[in-house]
Amino acid sequence: MRSLNMAIEALANIIIANKEKLTEIDAAIGDADHGINMARGFEAVRAKVAANTNDDIGAVLKMVGVTLISTVGGASGPLYGTAFMRAALAAQGKKTVDGELAEKMFAAAIAGIKERGKAVRGEKTMLDALEPAYDALTQGLASRKSLAECLEMASSAALAGVEYTKTIIATKGRASYLGERSLGHQDAGATSSYLMLTVLAEIAQNLGREE
Amino acid sequence: MVGIVIVSHSSKVAEGIKDLALQMAAPGQCIIAAGGMADGGIGTDAFKIKDAIIAAESGDGVAVIVDLGSAVLSAELAIEMLATDQVNAKIADAPILEGAIAAAVDASIAKPLENVIIAAESARDLRKL
Repeated sequence: MRSLNMAIEALANIIIANKEKLTEIDAAIGDADHGINMARGFEAVRAKVAANTNDDIGAVLKMVGVTLISTVGGASGPLYGTAFMRAALAAQGKKTVDGELAEKMFAAAIAGIKERGKAVRGEKTMLDALEPAYDALTQGLASRKSLAECLEMASSAALAGVEYTKTIIATKGRASYLGERSLGHQDAGATSSYLMLTVLAEIAQNLGREE
Repeated sequence: MVGIVIVSHSSKVAEGIKDLALQMAAPGQCIIAAGGMADGGIGTDAFKIKDAIIAAESGDGVAVIVDLGSAVLSAELAIEMLATDQVNAKIADAPILEGAIAAAVDASIAKPLENVIIAAESARDLRKL
């Protein structure tokens, strides 16, 4: 439970620490609220997880999803909220995460985001970071790498995805009003997804070292 | 009578539109504003919308009128969370102000949910000049 709470807290910390940066990115082509909204949501998550005594990963991820849905406010609320709730369903009753479960949770989260946002890869959204990351994770697992290595690969693929969003035109969300003027700017949602993946990779590495 | 829920990022917008729509409403008609966040901030909250839909449902269904972006996502999520309840809610693909007023008029003369949604959606073609 301690490492579970620490993992959620670390996710919250990286989003809160990047509040200004995410807002700046969103201000360029969106409505300048991504950092503020996400930080508001994860501050609520951090407060709740501080009091958490449950060691069921599913239950804790569900709490994260519900909290984000009711506190973020922007589109990332229902999107990330759905992602965490779908990952929670896959992790119900589980107390540890192995490669197989990580893959299942990640797949469920992405499916939830696609369904909720009616979006696909290539539209300058968080999916442009998440789907390449998922592909990297499955490839790593298939070649029998450790979960920490796979998450490291996933995080690098997500960063490449963030860079890729600079080269495409937004067709979803507020940035789509800008059309071609969205070129040259990275997507805020892809950036926050990448940040969360870097934290997961770091946690897996630290846990691997402890073992 | 069909209930109406107004979903906006701003609680002031949702409340204001509710007031305008109520001018067209019949006595006892249920129009509920579900705008903004619990802390008063700008945004939409799927749980607030869900509670509003439950409160607006009197057996004839609920028309949900939304503004931009996350209002649609949050309303869809709210309806999905109500899937197992005895609630029939539909989102109108309509301009929020004109749609709400058109919906209120049709609901006030006891039209069914399908008609109330069509009335709201037809409001997009209303010419002003």
